[in-house]
Amino acid sequence: MAEVAVKEKEGIKFGKKERKLITDPLNDNNPITVQVLGICSALAVTTLLNKAIVMSIAVVFVCAAASLITSLLRNSIPNQVRMIVQLVIIATLVTIVELSLKAINYPIYKELSVFIGLIITNCIVMGRLEAFAMANSPYKAFLDGVGNGLGYGLILILVAAVREFFGKGSLLNFKIIGGTPEYLLNTNEIAWLTWYQPNNLMVLFPSAMFVIGVLIWMHRAWNPKLVDIS
Amino acid sequence: MHSTNKVLIFVFIMTALVAIALAGMFTFLKPIHQANEAVYNKRAILTAVEKQLSTPLSTLSDEQVQEIFDNQIKQKVVDMNGNLLTEEEVIATGYPRGKAEDLDMKAERKKSDSDRLLPFYTYTTDKGEKYYIVSVRGNGLWDEIWGNIALGEDLTTIKGVAFDHAAETPGLGAEIKDNPAWANKFVGKSFYDDSGMWRPIQVVKGAIPEGSTYKVDAITGATITAVGVEEMLDRGLQYYEPYFEKLKS
Repeated sequence: MAEVAVKEKEGIKFGKKERKLITDPLNDNNPITVQVLGICSALAVTTLLNKAIVMSIAVVFVCAAASLITSLLRNSIPNQVRMIVQLVIIATLVTIVELSLKAINYPIYKELSVFIGLIITNCIVMGRLEAFAMANSPYKAFLDGVGNGLGYGLILILVAAVREFFGKGSLLNFKIIGGTPEYLLNTNEIAWLTWYQPNNLMVLFPSAMFVIGVLIWMHRAWNPKLVDIS
Repeated sequence: MHSTNKVLIFVFIMTALVAIALAGMFTFLKPIHQANEAVYNKRAILTAVEKQLSTPLSTLSDEQVQEIFDNQIKQKVVDMNGNLLTEEEVIATGYPRGKAEDLDMKAERKKSDSDRLLPFYTYTTDKGEKYYIVSVRGNGLWDEIWGNIALGEDLTTIKGVAFDHAAETPGLGAEIKDNPAWANKFVGKSFYDDSGMWRPIQVVKGAIPEGSTYKVDAITGATITAVGVEEMLDRGLQYYEPYFEKLKS
């Protein structure tokens, strides 16, 4: 019934407003550093960079696809059960991601398994569906989903890079600093600063809290818009 | 009334669609999942003898792992009394292919001593040296831990270990898998003393006397996991003892 009115505004163009849907969650409205959502998984999957990247891709996909589907269905979803419907959409997509990952890269699936499943309970996804996708056109909702997924992924990758670099002396499992331990079979690997002793604290969960805390502080110091909010 | 019907129809259609889609996807991907899991387990077994491989395991493709497994590894199933089981006997216990690599270690651990089946692998290097690989399973801090232990031809000296875990803490208990330097500490240890008596390998706190053949330095902050590893090695290797005795004689 109300669809006619909405239809007028729809159209696939990428203007200033649309760009803002993507960039806003990356900076001014970042889901982790500003809204402080999705912290649980940000602590758990950031020990290694490759885990964080796979997790980010998964969340971008789930967030974007869930927003798109919810927005497409928004006029037919009965209001009484809308939360349950959203949850079913998210859970379905997460299961699809889980099954695909299991087929594509089994070792990564083994390392992430429980946290891929926990995307279902990630507040970012559900929050965007309820706050944005239920009230906006599919195209906009899709962009908003991508933006928020990327905003989450950006912080995840930053935190993971810091933790892996200082905790293991490597990035993407490639040794960069610290001595080459005798157990490594491929001894032709070159590492700088061989005196550096990898700091095991960075691998433990509390360090993710510190790193995210420092990131929030830096973000606020750098972006003056955020100071007024608090 | 009208709106209740609408809700019911909507929910019913949605559930049906989702169920069909997911069930279809699951069935379609199942063969790939099983193949991946099989290769993953083979890699875990080969990790125990990684030092004897000509190239690091991580650089080998799935096909190469499969090839090594087919050509250089012989697998057998033994029971707790040291008897070798034939393929038919293994099939009769519920493993359709009758192979050691198919054994569900989690389920085997829960069986009674007389029913328990144990996998036993023999790896022959390019030069013709033999290594025996056995599987052990125990409890860590949060969930199960397990490992594949490579033994030398004397069946008393450890040549390599590869542990894994279900849910140990990264940076602490998970180091049993993530830190190859720790796994390396088991190399050269023995679970028999000089007179040939059983003497379990100990995972202990503090410095290890030089040349100790049965003590291993534990991981700081992972006491319970270390205790679990010690218990798992003692119990798990004892399961194989009757078979070792038969092989030796």
